[in-house]
Amino acid sequence: MVSRYRSVAAAITAIFIVTACSGSTPSAAPASVAAAPSATTEASPAGSSAAQDFSGVTVNLLTFNGPQVAEPLQRRAPDFEKLTGAKINVNAVGFQEIYDKAILDLSTGTNSFDAFVFNPQWLGDFTGPGYLEDLSSRVTADPVLDWQDIGPFFRDFNATYAGKTYMIPLDGDFHMVYYRSDILDAPPKTWDEYLTIAAAQNGKDLNGDGTPDYGSCIAKKKGQQSYWWIISVAGGLLQSQGTGQGAFFDTTNMNPLWNNDAVKLALETYKKTMDYGPKDEINLGVGDTRGLFTTGRCALSMDWGDIGTLALDPATSTVQDKVGAVITPGWTQVLDRASNKLVACDATTCPDAVDGVNYAPFASFGGWSGAINAAADAKKKDAAYAFLAYMSAPAQSSEDVTLGKTGFNPYRTSHFENLAPWKAVGMSDAAAQNYLGAIKSSLQNPNMVLDMRIPKTKEYEQDVLDTAVSQYIAGELTVEETMTQITDGWNQITDQVGRDAQLKAYQDSLGVQR
Amino acid sequence: MASSGRPLDLDPRGVTPPHVTRGPRLHRRAIDSLGGWRSDGAARWVFIWPSVVIILFLSIFPLVASLTLSFSKLVFAKGRIEVDFVGLQNFQILLFGTERTHLLGLLKPPTPLGWVVFGLGAALVARTLLTSLTRSRVRPIGAVLRVAGAVALSGLLWLVIQTLFSEGGRPGSLVVTIVYVLAGILVQFLLGLGLAILAVQPLRGRRFFRVVFLLPLTITPIGVGYMFRMMTDTGKGPLEPVFGLLGMGQFTWVTDPWAARIAVIIGDAWQWTPFVFIVLLAALEGLDQEIREAAFVDGASHWQIFRHITIPAILPVSTTIVLIRLIEGFKIVDMPNILTGGGPGTATQSLTLQAYLDWRTLNLGRSAAIAYILLLLVTVIATAYVGWARGRIRRI
Repeated sequence: MVSRYRSVAAAITAIFIVTACSGSTPSAAPASVAAAPSATTEASPAGSSAAQDFSGVTVNLLTFNGPQVAEPLQRRAPDFEKLTGAKINVNAVGFQEIYDKAILDLSTGTNSFDAFVFNPQWLGDFTGPGYLEDLSSRVTADPVLDWQDIGPFFRDFNATYAGKTYMIPLDGDFHMVYYRSDILDAPPKTWDEYLTIAAAQNGKDLNGDGTPDYGSCIAKKKGQQSYWWIISVAGGLLQSQGTGQGAFFDTTNMNPLWNNDAVKLALETYKKTMDYGPKDEINLGVGDTRGLFTTGRCALSMDWGDIGTLALDPATSTVQDKVGAVITPGWTQVLDRASNKLVACDATTCPDAVDGVNYAPFASFGGWSGAINAAADAKKKDAAYAFLAYMSAPAQSSEDVTLGKTGFNPYRTSHFENLAPWKAVGMSDAAAQNYLGAIKSSLQNPNMVLDMRIPKTKEYEQDVLDTAVSQYIAGELTVEETMTQITDGWNQITDQVGRDAQLKAYQDSLGVQR
Repeated sequence: MASSGRPLDLDPRGVTPPHVTRGPRLHRRAIDSLGGWRSDGAARWVFIWPSVVIILFLSIFPLVASLTLSFSKLVFAKGRIEVDFVGLQNFQILLFGTERTHLLGLLKPPTPLGWVVFGLGAALVARTLLTSLTRSRVRPIGAVLRVAGAVALSGLLWLVIQTLFSEGGRPGSLVVTIVYVLAGILVQFLLGLGLAILAVQPLRGRRFFRVVFLLPLTITPIGVGYMFRMMTDTGKGPLEPVFGLLGMGQFTWVTDPWAARIAVIIGDAWQWTPFVFIVLLAALEGLDQEIREAAFVDGASHWQIFRHITIPAILPVSTTIVLIRLIEGFKIVDMPNILTGGGPGTATQSLTLQAYLDWRTLNLGRSAAIAYILLLLVTVIATAYVGWARGRIRRI
């Protein structure tokens, strides 16, 4: 019996060793998971779009289930199918899942998605390994897309990486501050004024329903899109010498700029806004705060362009024509990078300041944009391109950017110049001028803060920054611990990827011409 | 595959059971056909090896694979995923690096109360260790393992003291998980025992309540999470009027770390108390009534009967149920994920949720490292608990 057990034990050990040593990889798959054979056929450089016949072609597209963003794609897909015969399957997932699903699908060679509508900040991670189709020749030759009508910032920065165009913009994103124009005489110019106004309005009945309302509503839920707000608050304290100065890292050594008096003040200000907001603001996403603002419950809010259009919808909004938009407030002081201390704004320290206020509007996120899987079948690439061009074309986009339910905001010159679509959805001349003016003034600001756009941007912002800031506002970390956690986390990512490579990528990202 | 042609001896004494000899012919033929497997060699190949292979592939291999993964980092390259060996980097980041406060918390010097609690805890661990080393014959390897376990337990206790019983300290996901487990088991056991005692009483409607008490167990944990998310919403949830009447209209469960943790513990207890209840109910109903009646005749009070007869009688079952809940409790993930999303901040994140979030952000190496830290934690605590419980049961 003993020998029998020994032989069984020996066999088990042998199998164990064989299986354990069968590869150095942790899964049954080999160390390098080969991609499926990709289509080698060059996609036709044909221009757009709706006139082509794609009968029998199905395009699988991955995007965000806002429900905004997916909405216009799903709504217009049947129209596109009637025009071209191509069926567009819109697969919509949560914000946290888009990146992971897309990169796993592409890197493992599964290639179940032919096209994506996602974050242009992630281009560094997707273009490096060659996952996305170079659209440079297509977009410039496409009369339907009208590439030159797209704003230079969205065209040359958002859609482009390392000199090549990989994306078609469908949305233009900037942070702005919204205020109740029927209540406030003047919008806040600085963050100090923001807090003062919020404190004064908090607890008042702002919509006449007999219940106290809020001075400020800013979405602060972790794991959603909240981590960008703190960059907007800190922007004016960190950057004053123009867009090329950058607000995240020292452009000489890639050391983070987020452990100093400027960020400390920004964090404290950001947390202070919670004193004048809903009691559960820490658990509110942008959908929640937009709903609160458009139902008249907030005096101030910070958002992308969405509140401006959502406030027009008579079905959900009680503040039609009572909403003003303004460039994100600035600061009268700025970080002196030599001493790491705050100094007052003057002609030298803040050359672009207006009335002593250093504005640094944040081109947060940049706007949802479409990209095509380089490994997709050539016919699918053509169909996917045609669909994205169709969505972005002035005929469709000029209507979509006026609808709050789309999540798309203006990004074409024609969107800003042609007021007819805005009036058609009920915006008065004055309101349209105000709303578009706020976006334009941000877009044209020489001190605009560019969003991070280097490899691992998602980890820098969505993982490290989001976690640290959420811990700070929850009272888990002190302000000093928060700054240390952010800088340590960023340094760790930088060192893992390679400091020199990341520094070059960051420098390149700031060298964009607007 | 030789066959002896003789029928299989089913009875250990070698006597063929009567029902086989008297049974239908079909039965006999079926049993005869098994006669060939009496050969141990053939049986080994047919019965043991498939099981071994299945176990290897389903259990041991993934265990080894995930251990390998914990020493690796994924790199997304063109058309492939590279798995880079990074040594102990994932563990270093978790235990000493940027994720240290996330995992272990913020460690500060203990308060006087903390020192007292630590002293008592350390003394208890030392006493249990000495007892286990002196009362039984222990082999050297056993002694080493016991000492290592005691050191690990003391370390855990020190971590708990520095994060929960200190000025400015804050628990990380490891201590939060321990809090979930200990508080959860305590609440679930006391409630489950109380309900089981009630359900064995000759009360009207007890059959109905037995079913009602079991209902939470049948609901999916995600459903329970969403239900508690609604119920803890003091502003818009269904219990809003109740919270208003209690003066808690301005209170939120999700913004305060401890309120959020308590909400998670309540939700978990609601889900799992029925499991404890049904097992203890079975144990109570299986008690010998004669002993209880004899004690009653001898003048024992209800409390004395409960303390000296009921509790010792159900102790083996109680020990088992606590062990099961202990191991299960360490894996808590649905409730904090759905109810609070791990927030505010990371206040309600359990180890499993932290591992899940790392896995979801494609940091598979760190996720696997957390899973192995959890495995070590469960092993140390479960082993210590079993050793302690065995001693208690022996003394009864």
